[in-house]
Amino acid sequence: MFKLVIFPYQYWKGNRDMEMPAPDQSIIARKARIVDRLRSVLPADAVIEDEVETRAYECDALTAYRCPPLAAVLPASTKEVSEVLKVCHAEGVPVVPRGAGTSLAGGALPTADSVILGVARMTEVLETDYDNRFIRVQSGRTNLSVSGAVEEEDFFYAPDPSSQLACAIAGNIAMNSGGAHCLKYGVTTNNLLGVTMVMMDGEIVEIGGAHLDAAGLDLLGLICGSEGQLGVVTEATLRILRKPEGARPVLMGFDSNEVAGQCVSDIIKAGILPVAIEFMDRPCIRATEAFAGAGYPDCEALLIVEVEGSDEEIEAQLSRINAIARTHNPVELRESGSAEESAKIWLGRKSAFGAMGQINDYMCLDGTIPVSQLPYVLRRIGEMSKEYGLDVGNVFHAGDGNMHPLILFDANKPGDLELCEAFGADILKLCVEVGGCLTGEHGVGIEKRDLMVDQYDPEDLEIQMAVKDVFDPDWLLNPAKVFPLASSQERRIAAE
Amino acid sequence: MQTHFTDEQMQDPGIQRANEILRSCVHCGFCTATCPTYQVLGDELDSPRGRIYQIKDMLENERVPDPKTVLHIDRCLSCLACMTTCPSGVHYMHLVDHAREYIEGKYKRPLTDRLLRWTLARILPYPTRFRLALLGAKIGRPFALLMPDARLKAMLEMAPKHIPPVSRNDDPQSFAPEVPRKKRVALMTGCAQKALNTDINDATIRLLTRLGCEVVVAEGAGCCGALTHHMGKTQESHGTAAKNIRAWCAEMDGDGLDAIVINTSGCGTTVKDYGFMFRNEALAEDAKRVSDIAMDVSEVLMTLDLPEGESKETVVAYHAACSLQHGQQIKTYPKDLLKRAGYSVVEPADSHLCCGSAGTYNLMQPEISKKLKDRKVRTLEAKNPDIIAAGNIGCMMQIGGATEVPIVHTVELLDWATGGPQPPALTAEGKRAPEIPILR
Repeated sequence: MFKLVIFPYQYWKGNRDMEMPAPDQSIIARKARIVDRLRSVLPADAVIEDEVETRAYECDALTAYRCPPLAAVLPASTKEVSEVLKVCHAEGVPVVPRGAGTSLAGGALPTADSVILGVARMTEVLETDYDNRFIRVQSGRTNLSVSGAVEEEDFFYAPDPSSQLACAIAGNIAMNSGGAHCLKYGVTTNNLLGVTMVMMDGEIVEIGGAHLDAAGLDLLGLICGSEGQLGVVTEATLRILRKPEGARPVLMGFDSNEVAGQCVSDIIKAGILPVAIEFMDRPCIRATEAFAGAGYPDCEALLIVEVEGSDEEIEAQLSRINAIARTHNPVELRESGSAEESAKIWLGRKSAFGAMGQINDYMCLDGTIPVSQLPYVLRRIGEMSKEYGLDVGNVFHAGDGNMHPLILFDANKPGDLELCEAFGADILKLCVEVGGCLTGEHGVGIEKRDLMVDQYDPEDLEIQMAVKDVFDPDWLLNPAKVFPLASSQERRIAAE
Repeated sequence: MQTHFTDEQMQDPGIQRANEILRSCVHCGFCTATCPTYQVLGDELDSPRGRIYQIKDMLENERVPDPKTVLHIDRCLSCLACMTTCPSGVHYMHLVDHAREYIEGKYKRPLTDRLLRWTLARILPYPTRFRLALLGAKIGRPFALLMPDARLKAMLEMAPKHIPPVSRNDDPQSFAPEVPRKKRVALMTGCAQKALNTDINDATIRLLTRLGCEVVVAEGAGCCGALTHHMGKTQESHGTAAKNIRAWCAEMDGDGLDAIVINTSGCGTTVKDYGFMFRNEALAEDAKRVSDIAMDVSEVLMTLDLPEGESKETVVAYHAACSLQHGQQIKTYPKDLLKRAGYSVVEPADSHLCCGSAGTYNLMQPEISKKLKDRKVRTLEAKNPDIIAAGNIGCMMQIGGATEVPIVHTVELLDWATGGPQPPALTAEGKRAPEIPILR
């Protein structure tokens, strides 16, 4: 009775075979009714169902996999989200929550029988409390504009994914996003105090609050990083911090990736905690220099190490860090001389993914490894690059071992994507092998779904799926993501 | 991003360019964050990334444009904030221009739309016709509330209360430099600008001649073609652009030109793109020569040793026109010049966002335009400026109509600070500036 229908993605206009469950034709047949019901709870322009329009919602920043949804809705409040979910729950329609659509793991990839629930219209600041250091926002607000809202009072929100200009807090929570400065400040889960979440049946729940730790089980810890599998977060209470007195990045150029990797490992081992240690190799240095004009040195591997605090603190930390760097014979060692220069140094780093797009199509990976393994893993990636015949650019948060190899390929060349995917899978397996994990901050999404078996035993997956059973018993939220289809097969069929 | 153009489609140079642009887009979504319409509407379809996707789909499938796609493309301001933000160097301007031309050729708009666009295209680029229309609008202004169409209402409300008489300075001629000649430049006197405001060209001529430029108003030059270009009306836009190219090339081949000076940044963006627009036409080489020496007035002034002015109490809020900050990537020059002249310069929050003027956008999309205008005026007024300065007539009209703070062109303030008259917009009676000596 457990018949799994595998539906080749190609059939849906994608260009490769990513296994997806066959869309529920009975839902597609009921489209008109479902759309009518959605229209009855939302303003007219908040329901998108025309096929020429739904196509813009067929993928996020991972464009290799695409499928237009049945419809997309753009609610403006928690109440409206609740109404939408009630309709979808009653109709048995899968729902794919979407923040700003910047996921590199296909976290917001729709299925043909699903409704995209976008929170892009939910961008309000609801409450700011400087005495108690928190801000409450609607979840569609972009990461950077959270800091923007408290900037005048000299506060900021710490997690800073490179896409922070565009990515939404909703997606940050879904993927437990990190960023360059998370080495010191922690990732989203360390800065999230509470959420308002709507359950699949429309019930609105509050988890956590405006304080550091809630009584009872740490449900908030469960929600953060759950990739839209458990509920739809509509509002978030976030910890804000006072800006440091000063900050200064230093650029360190090395003549090999491995030496740079060793330097990172040594800095961490010495017990120094800079705010950020970022790594870029030659292809990324070139691409970003062209965009940002930051004056990056011409070298094989570049580290951007940033420290912050008072001038004395900065000097003290940098002298120790620079001393370690010198033992690795850097080809360049240069501290930023001004705020403008620092801004350019960071603009380049944060634009690295997009800038690489000037060279070719790329697939951006996101594995995390123990810092001591950096030199080995970087060498292996270099070797595999030669074996596969595909170039790789490396740009990542070296301080916490969160790697982002960018595999370059030509999307218009038949077979290149498949080759790239195989290469990517090998890199991620390597990360697991050396004691790391499949994802640092981008999430599993669709991209790493089938690699979950390389990280987890069937029992591990079973426990994770049992958690989803509690929150989303009908398995309607963000379908076909995170859990390998074979693992979730029984549950999905039972839910139908 | 992957594309699906056939070899046959790729024969078309327009598609070739579109493919090149689409291939450089990685769909990262950074552009959504700085797109004014996405800020207002919160819909992927009204973001640059969404529009790129719609254009890709329309071109690949050679689809007859449908009303919805047209709506989302029409809603684009062409402010090009997305191009400043894009780390992948996606040339959105050339893509959306191509899409607009495609839509104009293949889509039949509703009758009112067609009439409106036809009328605008036949009036705005022609100063005399525009002047007459403004007079008519002035008479019609009290009846604006009765207008059934929001766009017609917007047009009547946009009409200025004061319509200046024709300035003879805008006639073809040459103005002698006041000091030994450093440069010989052509001034583009424009079309709509000289009907709406004659102070800007007057001040530009005074300032440039004072700083050692011979300023030529070339015979035969007129509208840059931007207004019709952005409507997708290529025949019209190329027609007027070709006249400019011939007029300026005649000057270049005659007494020579060091620069073509443009003080309306919306036009500047287009003139600088002539080389691309005409790349496959007989005028290609001449068009490129023109684009190569086309400069915003602030760029020229940066090379002319503007004297340092005494520090003044006057607080000037500088409004960055999109065509200047995004279209031409000129961000600091106007502020540097104003500071050098002694003004205290402030900038509004979110200065990267468009004021909603965007050529004819405020007439065609009044609702979105008004939201952007209100936002811009609010952020400008929050800085408590004495004066607002901008480098584009469209922005000046848009913002000026919604605030009590006087708004002038950057060059008017620079002219004033270096010995010119007080800008008329800053005087109670709005008196006329003294005449400028004419060389020929």
